[in-house]
Amino acid sequence: MTSPLLELRNVETYYGPIMAIRGVSLTVNEGEIVAVLGANGAGKTTLLKTACGALDCRKGQVIFAGKEIQCRDPDWVARQGISHVPEGREVFPFLSVSENLMMGAYTRNDHEQISADLETVFEYFPILKNIRGRMAAYLSGGQQQMLAIGRGFMARPKLLLLDEPSLGLSPTLVSEIFEIVIRLNREQNISILLVEQNANVALQVSARGYVMEVGGMVMDDDSATLLESDDIKEFYLGKKDEGARGLRRWKKKKTWR
Amino acid sequence: MLPIEDVIRLGFIGISQGSAYALIALGFVLIYKATEVVNFAHGDFMMFGGFVVLTFSEGFGLGFWPGLVVACLAMGLAGFLVDSLIMRRIIGQSQASIFILTVAFGFILRSAAGMIWGWSPQSLDTPFDGETMVAGITLGNERIAIVGITIVLCIALYSFFARTRMGVAMQASSQNQLAAYYMGIPVRRLISLVWAIAAILATIAGAMMAPVTQLDTSIGFIGIKALAGAIVGGFGSIPGTILGCLLIGIIEPFSDYFFPAIKGVSAYIVLLVVLFVRPDGLIVQTYQKKA
Repeated sequence: MTSPLLELRNVETYYGPIMAIRGVSLTVNEGEIVAVLGANGAGKTTLLKTACGALDCRKGQVIFAGKEIQCRDPDWVARQGISHVPEGREVFPFLSVSENLMMGAYTRNDHEQISADLETVFEYFPILKNIRGRMAAYLSGGQQQMLAIGRGFMARPKLLLLDEPSLGLSPTLVSEIFEIVIRLNREQNISILLVEQNANVALQVSARGYVMEVGGMVMDDDSATLLESDDIKEFYLGKKDEGARGLRRWKKKKTWR
Repeated sequence: MLPIEDVIRLGFIGISQGSAYALIALGFVLIYKATEVVNFAHGDFMMFGGFVVLTFSEGFGLGFWPGLVVACLAMGLAGFLVDSLIMRRIIGQSQASIFILTVAFGFILRSAAGMIWGWSPQSLDTPFDGETMVAGITLGNERIAIVGITIVLCIALYSFFARTRMGVAMQASSQNQLAAYYMGIPVRRLISLVWAIAAILATIAGAMMAPVTQLDTSIGFIGIKALAGAIVGGFGSIPGTILGCLLIGIIEPFSDYFFPAIKGVSAYIVLLVVLFVRPDGLIVQTYQKKA
């Protein structure tokens, strides 16, 4: 078995004295989409920020393509081939759409390939082509999300970290964006670590999934298995498991407690 | 009433003074946009830069232009090091600590300049002696040179920030630093380079102001007027800064002429009035930066 593209080993990250993630391990294999689910405050974003170097972990290792990358600067990590599409888009507000996209390719020098990739982004998100000269601040939330993903792709990463791409978007837009996420994975051969609250969509596009709660991993399995598991159904998909008399099993507890 | 020739002459002096303020204020604004630090030592960068030009062009006998270029390189390097060795360590501390650090740095520069070059005013020989007659009005060459150099530098800076990849990346880092890191942009190095650019602008301003004011350890206080101009124009907006500095520069000679009792105060009166009427400055950046 080949070693995974990204591996987190017993990572612990603190915000000052507060432990935000406690001993989390996770792997992403080459070519895979891996989802991390969890409620608000479970530590999903912290996990991604630790992986990309924006936060330093106090314990544990982050290994990317066989190299230890924990506690390095995020711009260095980005140059290794990890592109982070942060929560809340975080586009450059006063730069135009195409300038934003070109900033994604900042570390690259292969000008012809960059122009080709720019066309690829416009093919994936045709709407961006029409508004390429507009300042990013004036884009709608969905357009900004497309821009953020496109900008992440422009770095031609081996691994794309996607932090809640569905945040604040309409269901149609969510499925549109996830279609592109799947295409990026299949057509461009980019591995993806996806953090989502929208468990249903996330488990449908991913091969494997992890569930985080209060800073720790509580479940991991194939996404198909997770979709069928009672805990996920009840606590993340909101499907009520009704008994024979139509009463909710009010005593039910999560199996990991 | 003033005869029209005097109005034009005073107006031109104002424009050239305003251009000099703008050169200095651009340094303030660039550093502020990159790091949210107001560098109160910036006026003293200008003073120190002027003396460095003096040393290279006269002390080492390089002549004005080569001396200016070498001095710009030296001061640019110094600006880069000030950020990468000193300022970077204090980023994230309270605004008060940063304020005090930059003010203290100004004191250090003034004392160092006094110790190296003495405390009495010195003159710098520039190629801008003499006067030019334009449409029957005599204008000092050094005044014309300031305006010309400022226009050239503004165009150069605009092309750099709008057209080159590094310039756009500097804008990006200032607009969303974390996202810039995520793109693999070496944000720290770019910030140090912004300090270098600011120091170079200050050096040029120092050399251009030398024929007007003489080189003296206290000319750094012009920086405060430049800062007032930047605030009038809307701190953080580069066109606003240039406009504000020109406004202050133009009002100054007229108010000094008509109200000699309050000589030198008009810049601050303009500042107060603008802050009362338009607290965000004349040109407001429409989109607030994320914290």
